[in-house]
Amino acid sequence: MFEQIIFYSFGTMLLLSALMVISVRNPVYAALFLVLAFFSTSAIWLLLRAEFLAIVLVLVYVGAVMVLFLFVVMMLDINLARLRAGFMRYLPAGALVALVLAASMVLVVGGEGFNEIRESGLAERGPAYSNTAELGEALFTAYLYPLEIAGAILLVAIIAAIALTQRAKRETKAQNPDAQVAVRRQDRVRLVKMSSERDSE
Amino acid sequence: MLEMIRQMLNATVGQIVPAAWQAQTVEVMLIVMQITIILTPLMLCVAYMVYAERKVIGSIQGRIGPNRVGAFGYRLAGLGQPIADALKLILKEIIIPTGSNKFLFVIAPILSMAPAVAAWAVIPFAADTVLADINAGLLYVLALTSLAVYGVIIAGWASNSKYAFLGAMRSAAQIVAYEIAMGFALVGVVVAAGSLNLGQIINAQSGSLLHWYWLPLLPFFVVYFISGVAETNRAPFDVAEGESEIVAGFHVEYSGMAFSLFFLAEYANIILISVLSAVLFLGGWLSPFEGVLPKSAFTLPVIGSVLGGGIHWLLLKTSLFIFVFLWLRATFPRYRYDQIMRLGWKVFIPITLVWLVVIATLAKLQITPWFN
Repeated sequence: MFEQIIFYSFGTMLLLSALMVISVRNPVYAALFLVLAFFSTSAIWLLLRAEFLAIVLVLVYVGAVMVLFLFVVMMLDINLARLRAGFMRYLPAGALVALVLAASMVLVVGGEGFNEIRESGLAERGPAYSNTAELGEALFTAYLYPLEIAGAILLVAIIAAIALTQRAKRETKAQNPDAQVAVRRQDRVRLVKMSSERDSE
Repeated sequence: MLEMIRQMLNATVGQIVPAAWQAQTVEVMLIVMQITIILTPLMLCVAYMVYAERKVIGSIQGRIGPNRVGAFGYRLAGLGQPIADALKLILKEIIIPTGSNKFLFVIAPILSMAPAVAAWAVIPFAADTVLADINAGLLYVLALTSLAVYGVIIAGWASNSKYAFLGAMRSAAQIVAYEIAMGFALVGVVVAAGSLNLGQIINAQSGSLLHWYWLPLLPFFVVYFISGVAETNRAPFDVAEGESEIVAGFHVEYSGMAFSLFFLAEYANIILISVLSAVLFLGGWLSPFEGVLPKSAFTLPVIGSVLGGGIHWLLLKTSLFIFVFLWLRATFPRYRYDQIMRLGWKVFIPITLVWLVVIATLAKLQITPWFN
């Protein structure tokens, strides 16, 4: 009962905020609603005792990815009228993508892997059970190769992104810290000995 | 103690609430009570940390600092100053600038305050004295400290002022940059302790002063603390405020209690970073005399409990770090922005990556006395 109230309130919040992400006019609001959606998802995962996934969702998506999103959205002057103009034109393509996503979700959740959970519910474990350790063990033993391949792909993406920004010849000026640190007094100051002169006549 | 209160609550709540709800109601009431017990001293500490800061910096600069406001006609070395400041700020009007985004403008101080106090849920104050003893405690802290940036960004954007916006942009880039180094430093702690639970991390450090992680994880310790200074936007990394360039940065348009919430959040974050440094690298509530004095010394009636581990050691270590925060502010000039970015990305992250390999090797080979 208690859990169901929490689940339904966060579930409603998740759906509403997800709806607001795509319907609200102000892009900054949209980004903030996405943050709220992530939070609600994380709360629902916490209800499933998946504390590692829940916290990592907040840490990675809310703490890092959405900050950069907001950063960009705030800096850009986005023309909303032009964004909305293509709505009807892109509707068929969007509907197709939505259909494919929904179908794949139904296939996964309705498939073999979830049979056990549907029949007997989630296995209850004591508070000493750490699903962080369990997850780590599975990732680095049974799924080691997929993990390494995913890591390599991400690394390639990082390097590619950096390479793209470095393509144009760099025209901004920047200090060379090594040269700055290596500077000695003799390089900058020249002491000149002069004989004192008389005051003007 | 907790059980006694739980029984008392059970008896009284049982008469008011239907039986199906009794357990949850009592649990929520207990948690609220524990939160109050943690947060009331914290807020007092925040208020008096401002006083301590003014006194310490005054002393470093050869001044006296606040010494006028006392109580009942006595000056008491200015101890009434924080109370007077708080009263003044509460009574002041909150001005909402024209053209600002009203809802976000009001919610931003709350967003910066909430993570700063929520993170205290997992801090172990003494052996088995913690509000939420969760397995992923360290991750929780990291996630919550990474949320502090939202208050700053939203405040800067909602103010509709270029100075506030510049401050928010600077702060966002800085916090995202230092979070990575901070995360790597914490990964090192996790590798060394073999647990994400803060209580278990402290227990893994027990032995003696040399078993504490400041020694084997020295590079992480330095990187973590400096990143903590940068995360809290304190001098010498306070470009987000930069009073000489952008007036006061993200909170320039705020007044009254809205402003003081930012202020409180900043100091609560400082105390949080100090507590975490003490917990992760200086053995938390462990006593420095452990392993030095014979075991019989800790069984003495009063002296034993002072010498042995307890909350007083955690408070002492935390105070040490807080003092370092104030000391840094009084002695260092502000970093240039490009130097901040260079330090974060090109110095700290490589250091932590290299030392992570070293620590993993040490832990794998089970080098005593730290890893066994």
